[in-house]
Amino acid sequence: MKAVLAWASPVQRPISILRGFRLTLGLSLVWLAVIVLLPLSAVFVRGFDEGWRHFAEVAFSARAWAAYQLSFGAALLAAAINAVLGLLLAYVLVRRRFPGRALVDALVDLPIALPTAVAGIALSALHAQNGWIGQWLAPLGLDLAFSPAGVVLALVFIGLPFVVRTLQPVLEDLGRSQEEAALSLGASRVRVFLRVVLPAIAPAWLTGVGLAFARAVGEYGSVIFIAGNMPYRSEIAPLLIVIQLEQYDYAGAAAIAVVMLVLSFLLLLGINALQAWQRRRQEGVA
Amino acid sequence: MKALGVSSRSLVDALPLLGALSVVVVLLVMPLLVVFTEALHEGLGEYFLALREPDALAALRLTLTVAAIAVPLNLVFGVAAAWAITKFEFPGRQLLISLIDLPLAVSPVIAGLIYVLLYGAHGWFGPWLAERDIQIIFAVPGIVLATVFVTFPYVAHELIPLMQAQGREAEEVAMSLGASPWRSFFTVTLPNIRFALLYGVLLCNARAMGEFGAVSVVSGHIRGETNTLPLHVEILYNEYNFVAAFAVASLLALLALITLALKSWLEWRHGDALASGSVR
Repeated sequence: MKAVLAWASPVQRPISILRGFRLTLGLSLVWLAVIVLLPLSAVFVRGFDEGWRHFAEVAFSARAWAAYQLSFGAALLAAAINAVLGLLLAYVLVRRRFPGRALVDALVDLPIALPTAVAGIALSALHAQNGWIGQWLAPLGLDLAFSPAGVVLALVFIGLPFVVRTLQPVLEDLGRSQEEAALSLGASRVRVFLRVVLPAIAPAWLTGVGLAFARAVGEYGSVIFIAGNMPYRSEIAPLLIVIQLEQYDYAGAAAIAVVMLVLSFLLLLGINALQAWQRRRQEGVA
Repeated sequence: MKALGVSSRSLVDALPLLGALSVVVVLLVMPLLVVFTEALHEGLGEYFLALREPDALAALRLTLTVAAIAVPLNLVFGVAAAWAITKFEFPGRQLLISLIDLPLAVSPVIAGLIYVLLYGAHGWFGPWLAERDIQIIFAVPGIVLATVFVTFPYVAHELIPLMQAQGREAEEVAMSLGASPWRSFFTVTLPNIRFALLYGVLLCNARAMGEFGAVSVVSGHIRGETNTLPLHVEILYNEYNFVAAFAVASLLALLALITLALKSWLEWRHGDALASGSVR
């Protein structure tokens, strides 16, 4: 530990007289190692406890493939829906003044503040066949509860704030003078959006959608109540991990977790690259 | 379009607002309302009866206990990490920032799984713990660990951008005037970051009290012992005891509403003392 701290001692500055570097960095590193890094590395080791064969049998079984497809597919679809809904909400919150705007603005964070289990049973009650919304959709053949569509619905709920909150500051910075200039020169609204607004907000938009996607991929609580959890049809990957654990197949549970973690970390790298792009863009504007 | 006159033009103008409001009502307001109407479905008497039930009270106590342990731990860690990262320069600084955010990219179920793999009966330290009669998984320590993991980044994430922007001059002045390091921290740093700290603690606490996936994996679901409020909601719901499930859920929904109200108040009243635009 001492060697690490010596290696990491601060670059000498002429007048820095602040204290506590070793104490705070040491505390942070120990806490990070004990809570995050050691436990996470256990997944990668335990996943191969019973050999590559067992790993592949569980991690790439037909049931697991179906679960990955649902978790990533539904998350992608939900992120695409949130791209539209989030842009709409962010646009209205930034550009329109209407009574109750502050309330709507506060409510956007509800999916972050509301425990996921509560969201799960609430969405499930709303969209059940006799629910407030379900009773209108059921005659149309749109049965959201207990189907893959229900999974998408829950993930749309969970991801919405990410898109709105990343877009809001960028839209505020954009101002409306450029748009008004283009409009007054006779450009159509669609053209103004495509040529003026879209290029300015693209990095933030993609970042927000990426964050919503990343959150949705691993989501568990809000989904399991509405999904019906039928193997091969509406069973998400995190649930499959829980099922392996209930059968005391630790290596199997860890194997599925390895696949999910690797995909999630790749996703995170992509999002970091997007955020760097967005920052460069904002600095370029400022 | 022009031939249709002013009214259709203003209709087109109103469309985005109407669309956005419908999204808010269907996706956000109705789920919130349905929790309270289902909870009060059979009247106030049944509602309070469900909340006074011993298992519900035990779940409430456990949820408060877990948050009371996990939040202060992450508060100390968050301040320490932010101090090291923003007041000093060292190689690997950027990597440390990324690692702190790592738990946000991990599925809650995996957050629970990792501790089962370490401390469960068949985990790495399982036999060692069993010999000493220490139980972590299917007990309160496991629930605390999983909660600490999922709330790990919240405080640090709020403090780092703010303390980065504030720089280190204020503390350097205090120190050069003879203040001790602790005195300079408590009289100079802390007042500068107190609202961001409160903001981070607020979000950290909401997640700690509401966490479901991670806690569900390590809890063992023992009624009256290792059931937190969100887990108790699940049990009641799966027993088709809907009034009680939604009654307990309404407590958590109230917690969410209080969190949102405090959060909005902080943003509105002390927005300039917070780091801008962060969401998770």
